[in-house]
Amino acid sequence: MTRLRSIRPVLATLVALGMAAGSAGAQQTEQADVLSIGGSVTEIVMALGQGHRLKARDSTSTYPPAVADLPDVGYMRALSPEGVLSVGPALILSEEGAGPVEAVEVIRAADVDFVEVPDAYDASGIMNKITIVGAALGVPDRAAKLADTVGADLRTAATLAESWTGARKRVLFVLSTQGGKITASGTGTAADAIIRLAGGVNAVTDFTGYRQLSDESLGLAAPDLILMMDRSGDHAATVDDLFAMPAMQLTPAADSQALVRMDGLLMLGFGPRTAQAVTRLNHALYGERS
Amino acid sequence: MAMISELQAPPRDRLSRARTLHWALVGLLAVCSLASLQVGATDITLTTLLGKLATGETLGRMERVVLLDIRLPRLALGALVGAALAVSGAAMQGLFRNPLADPGIVGVGAGAGLGAILAIVLGALLPAWAVGTVGNQLVPVAAFLGGWGSTILLYRVSTRGGRTSVATMLLAGIALGALAGALSGILVYIADDTQLRDLTFWGLGSLAGASWAKVLAAGPLIALSLGAALMLGRGLNGLALGEATAAHIGIDVQRMKNIAILAVAGATGAAVAVSGGIGFIGIVVPHLLRLASGPDHRALLLNSALLGASLLILADVIARVVIAPAELPIGIVTAVLGAPVFLWILLRRRGLVDT
Repeated sequence: MTRLRSIRPVLATLVALGMAAGSAGAQQTEQADVLSIGGSVTEIVMALGQGHRLKARDSTSTYPPAVADLPDVGYMRALSPEGVLSVGPALILSEEGAGPVEAVEVIRAADVDFVEVPDAYDASGIMNKITIVGAALGVPDRAAKLADTVGADLRTAATLAESWTGARKRVLFVLSTQGGKITASGTGTAADAIIRLAGGVNAVTDFTGYRQLSDESLGLAAPDLILMMDRSGDHAATVDDLFAMPAMQLTPAADSQALVRMDGLLMLGFGPRTAQAVTRLNHALYGERS
Repeated sequence: MAMISELQAPPRDRLSRARTLHWALVGLLAVCSLASLQVGATDITLTTLLGKLATGETLGRMERVVLLDIRLPRLALGALVGAALAVSGAAMQGLFRNPLADPGIVGVGAGAGLGAILAIVLGALLPAWAVGTVGNQLVPVAAFLGGWGSTILLYRVSTRGGRTSVATMLLAGIALGALAGALSGILVYIADDTQLRDLTFWGLGSLAGASWAKVLAAGPLIALSLGAALMLGRGLNGLALGEATAAHIGIDVQRMKNIAILAVAGATGAAVAVSGGIGFIGIVVPHLLRLASGPDHRALLLNSALLGASLLILADVIARVVIAPAELPIGIVTAVLGAPVFLWILLRRRGLVDT
């Protein structure tokens, strides 16, 4: 499984390069015939200046706001094959993990090019995503430029994170506080990756993925800062509600009321804006330094 | 008020009425099937395709994929699943002599749910050769085995000295259901975010993953089970008088129970495996038909198959067009439509249920 995973980006790149050669003709006509699935992929398409070629998106594609006007084919893991085909895409760009498998098989069987963009939680992974999307859209030069810019931003952000010589702060990513119970991120998640990139320490490393924390283990985790997703319609806690929770009161974060909220796609999407997210979190942790 | 006169009509009359209802339902099934081929998210329709075929034009690849690889297997799967659930519901209501029985009563639902969760959460831990053999079909296979296995277990628990006690089966079913629920809970706890999403969607049911492979895998088993169940009409009628009386009028009660339970486990197990959790068809369809044409199982079972298939196909059409190009899980549609109808039946016909 792991071996397969590591060669996948290479394969995808090769496929994408082949596609780029094939789609040179399409480039001139520039019809809107691309379906983009996955928030970070859509962001990359837009950042490449190819937004006019988007025909539809999935429900995880929410940035930039302009894409909200595009038809929505639903949640990326519960696609309807006919729904996807009905928007008439000539090319489908999809983040890894679109499904169900049968639906994707049927879509691949139709006359549609399907490019899978591998997911990754680091700088080279993001640049690889950009390269693949750019190649599939037939704009490899723009993609190379964007990848360079994004790569440079990420290096700057990383340098900033490394420049902090003091004690590293502990960050707890809270996915939800539903019913007074805190679901937090362990290791192996996008949240864990962004915390580490920003020079923080994940306060919970006892498990992988997202799990509910007991009140006492929250005290043991002793986070200095709470990181949450910003949701419109706000069913997440406000600062007061959050730190009023009995378990939270024991944490250093409660003493300093340290809560950072960021848009979910910005923070966890690992697209072109990840450097922004890293820098914002770093500043929140250690203050703005020159 | 026409219904009351129907209920008071002499039985022979009602049976013949139920048999004319067969033909009406065959018509309904045909209409629903055509609608399912005609309508979808794309603007490809059956009529334009038939027009093209008539003029000798060849179909585009897109048209062929949409019609032959998407809509047709969905139609077939919808018909199979709908018929399986409705007939299983009717048979269980007859066997347990309980109007609230549904296919889930013999533990199929809970077991299949546990199987599916096991496959979704622990599937990644399987050795490579196993993944290679079962591949994409791991969840359906596990759901089927879970559903079938839990029914057989329940049947063994409730059978003593060659006699199956339906009362024991009912209660043991509740206990097994709770146990399966707890095991599922443990797996939900260790599941990651995407697995939880998959689980939620599985539980809501969908025909979006329909494929010819699924039709071929589930079809023969469902057809065989339905065939067996459809022969139970006379026996279930006898059983309505009580087990002892049924035995006195020459019905082999134990044999009938065996057939009914095996058939329901096979049909529902396969249906749930390929489509996830789809509620209300199994309970609403037989009740609707009892109101329309009386409780005679000789007609009820076949009519349930026809109406169940029609309604599920219709629900699937709604599920896939109402928010196109996205699609609703079909379990939502059947529950949203089925629950009010069921309530309406209960309120209108209280006397029927209180017997």
